[in-house]
Amino acid sequence: MRVYKNSLLTLFAAFALLTVSCGRSNEGTGAVSDEALEGELNIAGSTTVQPLAEVLAESFEALEPGAVVYVQGGGSSVGVRSAADRSADIGMASREVKPSELNEHPELVVHTIARDGIAIVTEPACDIENLTAEQVRDIFAGEITNWNEVGGGDLIITVVAREEGSGTRAAFEDMVMEDDLIVDNAILQPSNGAVRTTISVTPGTIGFLSFGYLDDQTKAIAIDGVLPTEENASSGDYSVVRSLNMITYGEPEDLAGAFLDFILSEDGQAIVAEEGYLPVN
Amino acid sequence: MKYSLLFAALASILIVMMIGIFTFREALPAFRDIGVKNLLTESAWRPGEGQYGILAMIAGSGLVTLGAIVLGVPLALGCAIFLSEIAHPNLRAFVKPCVELLAGIPSVVYGLFGMVIIVPVVRGIDIPGNTGFGLFSASIVLAVMILPTITSVAEHAIRSVPKEFREGSLALGATKWETIQKVIIPGARSGIISAIVLGLGRALGETIAMIMVIGNSVIIPAASTDNPLSIFLSRARTLTGNIAVEINYATGLHESALFATGVILFVLIIVVNSSAKYLMSHGSLEKIR
Repeated sequence: MRVYKNSLLTLFAAFALLTVSCGRSNEGTGAVSDEALEGELNIAGSTTVQPLAEVLAESFEALEPGAVVYVQGGGSSVGVRSAADRSADIGMASREVKPSELNEHPELVVHTIARDGIAIVTEPACDIENLTAEQVRDIFAGEITNWNEVGGGDLIITVVAREEGSGTRAAFEDMVMEDDLIVDNAILQPSNGAVRTTISVTPGTIGFLSFGYLDDQTKAIAIDGVLPTEENASSGDYSVVRSLNMITYGEPEDLAGAFLDFILSEDGQAIVAEEGYLPVN
Repeated sequence: MKYSLLFAALASILIVMMIGIFTFREALPAFRDIGVKNLLTESAWRPGEGQYGILAMIAGSGLVTLGAIVLGVPLALGCAIFLSEIAHPNLRAFVKPCVELLAGIPSVVYGLFGMVIIVPVVRGIDIPGNTGFGLFSASIVLAVMILPTITSVAEHAIRSVPKEFREGSLALGATKWETIQKVIIPGARSGIISAIVLGLGRALGETIAMIMVIGNSVIIPAASTDNPLSIFLSRARTLTGNIAVEINYATGLHESALFATGVILFVLIIVVNSSAKYLMSHGSLEKIR
């Protein structure tokens, strides 16, 4: 019992000391830079935007030593929700905010911070170079089921897609599928990385990937003769491009406002381009 | 001392109850708005279109578990009989820890192994549309995963058959194989059945390894050729995989429907585990006595 009491006392003392020292350090920085921004910024949402947000946050913290930015994943829907219920200062979404979400939370303000293309990819050994937008749609809808229907060899087409609710899938459905649904027997993988691995090792597969995930493991297909490259996307020739968004509850103020201003500044957009996304003008 | 132990015991009951109540509470909107009947009998799962049927996932979980039991049980029972009846103690001291080690491998490693080794091998079966991802690959992975559970429980059951039974049988002139077949296995029957049922429960609950090899398509598996076994080359999705793949992005009714999937899984596993308990406590040895 006595030991217990002692340890409690120690704990209390330690806590008191901690509080005092914390108070001091706060006072200190406040005195040095009155104008500087201080505090924490919580960002949550899309795993597509997350890596970009982390890099941007790092540069922002270097610029504003008093600011601490926390970036969490969770997915686009989580991004919208956490901005709406204000559990995060900024939500991230790799798709447009749905009208139903805006109806429910009219206070939400959407800031497009970058744009990202979605490429149609096949396994590296595929001999198809080009598909029309209509062929792509029919393949993903399950109406074209063999590569020989689009000029390839006699091989059954296996569609690989993201799971329901993914921002990349939602954007792909919006821009490519129109009213058609992705075929039921598609292999579904829960991340861009898993989609890429599956396509790279499975003959006859086709899928879609964010530009950031393109490499020689998969082969990018031209749509209507236009290859999915950054140049083609920024010139507007390649049209399967989505907005990467940050969402705030009301117009952003203080730290959130400063962070968004930084992202949309020339320096911020330079980082966006460096990370392989398309800057917004 | 007594009370702190009582508290520890009560804590686990409390936790199970809380998880159960929480899952059920979150699933309530789905049961109310979609209806238990629609959930269980509709095969279309398209949350974007407001269609929530988990029949395809029930079929997927059922078939992959069946496949794992068919592949895994003979192997596990053979191993259990070998360890308890035939193996020299020194050999047993080496083999048994190896089998138990299987239980310690993280399931994501099984998944990776399945994806890199088993899926390409299964892809070699020359049937149109076979990608390797599907029930067969998943069943193989799962069979290995339930091996240690079934082996150790069955071995324990076989070893607890009284020594007099073996001696009596051998004294009557039966061979070793006849003794195993006619005396020991019937004697350990209830323990062996409960071992299989426990393995079944483990198979139903496996998640991440399944996601990696089963393809996750929401379809009711169907045979693609005249051979009914080709059903196992079909892709599928398990109940557990349905939750794990989609929960990150789910909101509203979609989220609730995933919790409903969890409730159904919970009920299934309670039924499986209680039947294992029942089989373990009833009818041990009654067949011989």
